[in-house]
Amino acid sequence: MINIIWFAMLACGVLAAAVNGDIQTVTRATISGAEDAVKTAFNLIGVIALWSGLIKIAEDAGLMQLLAKLIQPLARALFPEVPRDHPAIGAIILSMSANLLGLGNACTPLGIKAMEELQKLNASKETASNSMCTFVAITASSLTLIPTTVIALRAAAKSVNPTAIVGTTIVATAASTMAAIVADYLFRKTDRGGMKL
Amino acid sequence: MISVINFISAWAVPALLIIIPLIGIARKVPVYESFVQGAKEGFTTAVRIIPFLVAMFVAIRIFQQTGMMQYLVDLLSPVTSRIGIPDELIPLALIRPLSGSGALGMLAAIIKAHGPDSLTGLIASTMQGSTETTFYVLTVYFGAVGVRKIRHSLPAALVSDLAGFLVSTYIVYLVFGQ
Repeated sequence: MINIIWFAMLACGVLAAAVNGDIQTVTRATISGAEDAVKTAFNLIGVIALWSGLIKIAEDAGLMQLLAKLIQPLARALFPEVPRDHPAIGAIILSMSANLLGLGNACTPLGIKAMEELQKLNASKETASNSMCTFVAITASSLTLIPTTVIALRAAAKSVNPTAIVGTTIVATAASTMAAIVADYLFRKTDRGGMKL
Repeated sequence: MISVINFISAWAVPALLIIIPLIGIARKVPVYESFVQGAKEGFTTAVRIIPFLVAMFVAIRIFQQTGMMQYLVDLLSPVTSRIGIPDELIPLALIRPLSGSGALGMLAAIIKAHGPDSLTGLIASTMQGSTETTFYVLTVYFGAVGVRKIRHSLPAALVSDLAGFLVSTYIVYLVFGQ
């Protein structure tokens, strides 16, 4: 999908420039775009390194286990079809905790682990179970406490207050996660099992 | 509520800077070594995204400067303005569910054009942080276990993206807009 979009952006742009008789713009935009990309990344290095360092301390201090304990009751309520002591619950909780803490690299492997555990409980292996749909919808809605990359980008762009958006992000992320839970619940009722990956 | 949100924004980082190392020390973590280890990984991450940023910046820049972006925005704006998404943010809202690095590049471009502390910059920042790369999550998670029929999970995830965009706009106007 992204391949087609990327190519379409380039092709449409070149086409528009040709039609407008302004083909020089393309060359200028290409070079300035490539230069700005590296400048932006360079400005990001410091703040991203800082956050990754802090998050590593949190990880080593076992904060994820602590968080996992806190969200356990919530996870039980969201996944009523998963037996109480099944490893799937633990995997789901760890994956959500990693997302909440912003542990970028850990999120995907933990999420896949949770999906594998849910697949063991799944009656028809090619069709998503209710619990899988709920879990994926919640993960795809984003669970963020501190949007570290965005803060880094804003700091790199010389914002007077790079963290000004932390509060608004938490509100918006809570809303999008609530929407995912509600939409998952409502769509499940009207679901005809059709959509394929 | 607004003062609570501003309070959280102002205190989030200083509080974490103290609390995380404090818990670390209490739990006998070598905080300095852990920090450096993590920072090293962060450095790699920052360098690793350079190719994605180059690809996206070039495509976005061409798309914008040749006037194509404006056509697209004009085309979509009757619908999106009705549901409350500002015109400048249509490109970000379109790419966000599809590509994480693409959206990051788009956000960087918007922040550069409008300023990080402008309303547009603040809304774009909030949108980026409060939504996820929906198609990536669905493809990777379901793909990993071989599930092909994904039922209602895609529409549910897209509804949540839309909710994230709308609430981002609304809450930023509420907190920062006079």
